[in-house]
Amino acid sequence: MIVEEIRGDAENFPVGMRVLAVDDDPTCLKLLETLLRKCHYNVTTTNQARVALKMIREKKDRFDLVISDVHMPDMDGFKLLELVGLEMDLPVIMLSANSDPKLVMKGVTHGACYYLVKPIRIEELRNIWQHVIRRKKADSKNQNRSSDQTKAHLASGEGHGSPLAGNTDHNGKFNRKRKDDDDETEDNDNEYEDNGTQKKPRVVWTIELHRKFVQAVNQLGIEKAVPKRILDMMNVEGLTRENVASHLQKYRLYLKRISTVATQQANMAAALGVKDSGFMHLGSLDGFGDFRTFSGARLGNVALSSYPGGMLGRLNSPGNVNICNLTPSTLVQPSLAQNLSNSINPLGKMNLVLPTSNQSPSLFQGIQPSLELDQLQHNKSTTNFNSINNSRIFRNGSTGVALGSSNNLLNSPMSNPLMLHGNTQQPLSGGRFGNQSGPFTSESFNNGVSDPTNENWPNRVDASKMHPNTLLSAEPFHSQLPLSGLRDNNSSNGTYLQNNPIDLSSGLALPPFEDSREMQCQQVGSMGDVQNMAQSWSEQRQGSGSVNQKMDMYTGGRSSGGASALVQQNEKLASESISRSNEDFLFEQPKLPSGFTPQGYDSLDELVNAMIKREQDETVANGEFAFDNYTFGEERKLCGDVAFLSSEADLVASL
Amino acid sequence: MQRQLANMKQSLFDQGYLDEQFIQLEELQDDANPNFVEEVVTLYYRDSARLIQSIEQALEKSPLDFSKLECLMHQFKGSSSSIGAKRVKSECTQFKEYCRVGNSDGCKRTFQQLKKEYATLKKKVEVYFQFARQIGPVEKACRSK
Repeated sequence: MIVEEIRGDAENFPVGMRVLAVDDDPTCLKLLETLLRKCHYNVTTTNQARVALKMIREKKDRFDLVISDVHMPDMDGFKLLELVGLEMDLPVIMLSANSDPKLVMKGVTHGACYYLVKPIRIEELRNIWQHVIRRKKADSKNQNRSSDQTKAHLASGEGHGSPLAGNTDHNGKFNRKRKDDDDETEDNDNEYEDNGTQKKPRVVWTIELHRKFVQAVNQLGIEKAVPKRILDMMNVEGLTRENVASHLQKYRLYLKRISTVATQQANMAAALGVKDSGFMHLGSLDGFGDFRTFSGARLGNVALSSYPGGMLGRLNSPGNVNICNLTPSTLVQPSLAQNLSNSINPLGKMNLVLPTSNQSPSLFQGIQPSLELDQLQHNKSTTNFNSINNSRIFRNGSTGVALGSSNNLLNSPMSNPLMLHGNTQQPLSGGRFGNQSGPFTSESFNNGVSDPTNENWPNRVDASKMHPNTLLSAEPFHSQLPLSGLRDNNSSNGTYLQNNPIDLSSGLALPPFEDSREMQCQQVGSMGDVQNMAQSWSEQRQGSGSVNQKMDMYTGGRSSGGASALVQQNEKLASESISRSNEDFLFEQPKLPSGFTPQGYDSLDELVNAMIKREQDETVANGEFAFDNYTFGEERKLCGDVAFLSSEADLVASL
Repeated sequence: MQRQLANMKQSLFDQGYLDEQFIQLEELQDDANPNFVEEVVTLYYRDSARLIQSIEQALEKSPLDFSKLECLMHQFKGSSSSIGAKRVKSECTQFKEYCRVGNSDGCKRTFQQLKKEYATLKKKVEVYFQFARQIGPVEKACRSK
């Protein structure tokens, strides 16, 4: 399918651009509708944010743009903004009668494309389509960028590396794929197939393999670690340079994330010697940007996350996603986590990672501010979230992922190691986010890393405990990540659930995690987002506690609630929800493709133990466990996404 | 007749009851949306009546919940500005300011003023629309719908 098809009347764009308008004020809504119609856009309106979310989720590609009021009774506009950005990567324009620059800033940092002040003039609306184009291009670019890296050899007329035009198509293609090919295995595979080149069998980054990888990288020095040389050093049969390249990419993200965390804590980043400064840098700003485009998370504040943004953006595009999650803390990519622990040693760095949780902003879109604060906290908890989020991310393919991450955030408190694990889960492909939450003990991290799922869980659980505030970010799923206070979004996360007091309002940094997670998940592209998703799913499942938490949080979601209230609730929910979340997860899980089987850890405890054991054994590269999950293929992911989303809805409903 | 209508409208503008936003509304009115302006204004009055009531109730409480009042007023201000109700909007701004500093009397006073402006505007636009309708049908009759 070509972009045009997807987008409908792309030929005459912006004519026919499909806009969803959300405003609780009927007068304003009617006016907005008429104004938009006058611009020849295709308008759908609703006065309820929930309904809007539902509509968007029903058909991912149904709308090109969302315009939403900030003050709405059922959900805070910022929360909706986050959710949409995270899940769907749709451009969102905020609307408000309030022109207070602080609010405008909040909107932008949460990932809004633009902030309009009422009363609206038609001239302003005539130009909003530019945001759609810009984002699509950015997404395409991100996709191409990452995909290029990983699929360099595959680029065959697909225009992966092609310029914008190609990007757009690419993007569209990805969207299409995502949308239609639920059963497809790895998106990359699809791409590959389309490209006409040989189809690469999915590479499973087992712990062993990852260990080798990390060894090779360390030996070469992160600065000099190029895929070709790493490949040579690893000397593994059947492994291609592309595989290594994409894995390296994820790893770098992970490092970056960790370093971000470290920086916050102590500039460990330098220690990490992440050579790909651009990478890191990207992560933070670009990432977000990209992500933003992708999910609209524009977190800017999270320097780390910027990159994730890109990654997230990629989420849409099957392969690239993984990068995104560098975002702080939680994203500690499972695989990365392992690697990190091994190679980085920097467990200290792991701490760094934690902070990164904030980075996920991209996912969250701007949650950044809160994230930073929360990062530390999150990291612990976020890890869990991350895993969850990551899973989420995968799911959404682009946006869904975020949710997963948020989970991690919550969980992070628990143990960094866990977090690491959790992160690793995620995006295998994406890059090791390694968000670990600060307190992460390097040891655990190293060991635990391998087991993302485990990580996630423990983290998750912890997260909830740790932070009451950590409201999960707005992820669509849970969006709860209440990253303490950072989230201005509060609404963004919580809004989804609205009922959850925990709503992110506290602005927990979680959202960022989610984002990062998502990004990570997306990254999986090469590895197979599905994998990550699967992992996250498994994580979630296992650690459903955290998930529930998130869910609870989400339900409570009205971010507007006082952070403290939320926190309390979160805490409560966290504990309560654990069991619930398990159910929820299970609930959701069933939907997951049968192929998806959690590592087999039935409980968090198991995971944690497993992780710890693993840690002790050695820094497993990626935790086979984690990686295995990755293998599930896109199907899982897709299924997961769908399931996830639907389950979310169900959960919300039930909540 | 047209001239009369125009004059009426002009006076509303001159007196500051309406502002440019109203013109925007009118521009949006076309064959596809022949009664757009009236529809929107009617919708506004219907919806804002509910808001006015909520504010009134909130003003009766003691002590006043300023943040809630401010929030309600914010909504009201938003819709008022959407139809171009200039005076009403400025009263809203005033009200919000009093809320911000926690001035109960100021709030109550301003609210009374606001209600007056609100009612006055309603009457005026009703007259205006009635008049427009009288003229309108003539024009519409000329062009088959």
